[in-house]
Amino acid sequence: MSRRVMLGFFEREEDVLAATRAAREAGLRILDVYTPYPVHGLDRAMGLAPSRLAFVCLILGLFGAVFKVWFEFWTTSVAWPINVGGKPWNSLPAFVPVTFEVMVLFAGVSTFLAFLVVAGLRPGRAPVMPDPRVTDDRFVLMVEETDSVFDAVRVEQLFAGFRALHSEERVEARS
Amino acid sequence: MAEVAWLVRRPLIVGDKSVAQVTRDICAAMETRPSALWWAGFLAALSLLGLGVTAISYEISTGIGTWGENRTVGWAFDITNFVFWIGIGHAGTLISAILFLFRQRWRTSVNRAAEAMTIFAVMCAGIFPLIHMGRPWLAHWMFPYPNTRGSLWINFRSPLVWDFFAIATYLTISLTFWYVGLLPDLATIRDRTASPWRRRIAGILSLGWNGSTRTWQRYEVVYLLLAGLGTPLVVSVHTIVSWDFATSLIPGWHATIFPPYFVAGAIFSGMAMVLTLMIVARKTMQLEDYITPRHVDIMCKLIIATGGIVGLSYATEFFMALYSSNPYEQFVFLNRATGPLCWAYWTMVSCNVLVPQLLWFRRVRSNLVLVFVISIFVNIGMWFERFVIIVTSLHHDFLPSSWVSYRPTCIEVATLLGTFGLFFTCFLLFVRLVPVIAIGEVKAVVSHDKLSGGTHA
Repeated sequence: MSRRVMLGFFEREEDVLAATRAAREAGLRILDVYTPYPVHGLDRAMGLAPSRLAFVCLILGLFGAVFKVWFEFWTTSVAWPINVGGKPWNSLPAFVPVTFEVMVLFAGVSTFLAFLVVAGLRPGRAPVMPDPRVTDDRFVLMVEETDSVFDAVRVEQLFAGFRALHSEERVEARS
Repeated sequence: MAEVAWLVRRPLIVGDKSVAQVTRDICAAMETRPSALWWAGFLAALSLLGLGVTAISYEISTGIGTWGENRTVGWAFDITNFVFWIGIGHAGTLISAILFLFRQRWRTSVNRAAEAMTIFAVMCAGIFPLIHMGRPWLAHWMFPYPNTRGSLWINFRSPLVWDFFAIATYLTISLTFWYVGLLPDLATIRDRTASPWRRRIAGILSLGWNGSTRTWQRYEVVYLLLAGLGTPLVVSVHTIVSWDFATSLIPGWHATIFPPYFVAGAIFSGMAMVLTLMIVARKTMQLEDYITPRHVDIMCKLIIATGGIVGLSYATEFFMALYSSNPYEQFVFLNRATGPLCWAYWTMVSCNVLVPQLLWFRRVRSNLVLVFVISIFVNIGMWFERFVIIVTSLHHDFLPSSWVSYRPTCIEVATLLGTFGLFFTCFLLFVRLVPVIAIGEVKAVVSHDKLSGGTHA
């Protein structure tokens, strides 16, 4: 399977942002926008749903905290209770610091790993990008040529209206 | 009106840079051959590291007796260095996480280096409790794992165990945070470098980053979450470090003021170290347009603020001791200020409370040489603060017959120098291998400056 895409190359963030908004209003299917730094408002302009990674963070953080409280309780008052300075076996207040640290550890590391998984980032993966200058100073808007009525000339004009440097049609292998 | 707007929105990065120029400028520092100055610094740091490795090997093979600790002063140089290095690290997290949550955009010029500093400082700090165990090859006993000794679990009520978990979490989260922030910049290196080796390594480490908005969106969420986790974490880490002392019954340690006092002191010392490093880095790496006198100015103000909290803590501590009508508490504080180690106490007060007051003057803050000297004073003062807290509280204890003095041996001094060697070796390698400034974030700031300020005359 392959698909035809239309790329618009821009030099400034405000241009690509406006072009993305206009393309979406014109009913074009925006595949992605490649930028050298995070452009605020671009995700909304593309119509992306907000990321759900915060839930991973919350759930795994809670899991870490609960697991640690249980583990501390189990080790100190069930598995091998040891009398330390006459303190109660189940010394809950003394368990708070480690519980907090483990919660942060679980929440942070799991959010990072979840990010790598959902973003498809992994060591050795070859970057799929329209132009190597994206990581330098280019902004690239990529729309799909959905069907035969796709009017490449009109889209090119639309991009040019937002000071696109140039536009280009490409066939890309769909993975 | 226009003038007011200009004042409010003074650009953070000077020189009216284009986005491509930012990439070029920051990468240039890594793409040229290292200067003679870099080699000199690197070899000096490596020699110190070698000295430290020798001292630690000697100490491990011979025993803790090679140190000046004795029955009365059981914690001295090593724990002083431990708290000192951990404190240095805290400014990195302050800049990267707390200032990020407060939307302080100036942080982008220094956060990468400050985070690197955090990681290296925590590595240096970790060495001390490890070798203080006496048998560091049993360090894994700190992990709660099922073992053939029972299973005998660790004592979760012990502040030393809390400390182990705090430091381990802090190092892991700091590394994660640093690496996430590094991903886009590693991709930039991958796509511009001419060296095939560098491209290979940056290619593997950048994990196939392609600048897609979908990835950026998630990246920003992850960055925000890690900042949100890092902020309470950094406060908890030094709070727990202070509990190593505050949960004991030693007069001079057993104080409720310790957690805020330690956290403020940590940020104070770390900010001084950031200034020390950044003033040198901007000069030697031609980054004057990115780390401007304005950045230095803001950091100086943070030093005044945190230094003020530290000074207030000293006064509160002293007052509470006198007010407590507890003779042991009173003795410890009078002994600090007038006893045999009073020189250390007054070094601490002059370096941490008096010298930073110079920073109230704009003329001083804009003189980078003077700021550099003051930052060194604060570094020295904060080392002495930990020394004073630890040694003066112990050396004259409840029983006058056990009063002793403490004097570090050459092995202890060599170990401290060794950690400085480790710190600077890592830091100098860091400035050669990865961008010292977060390229992606600075680009956003540059464009923001342009959008909001129009043209800057």
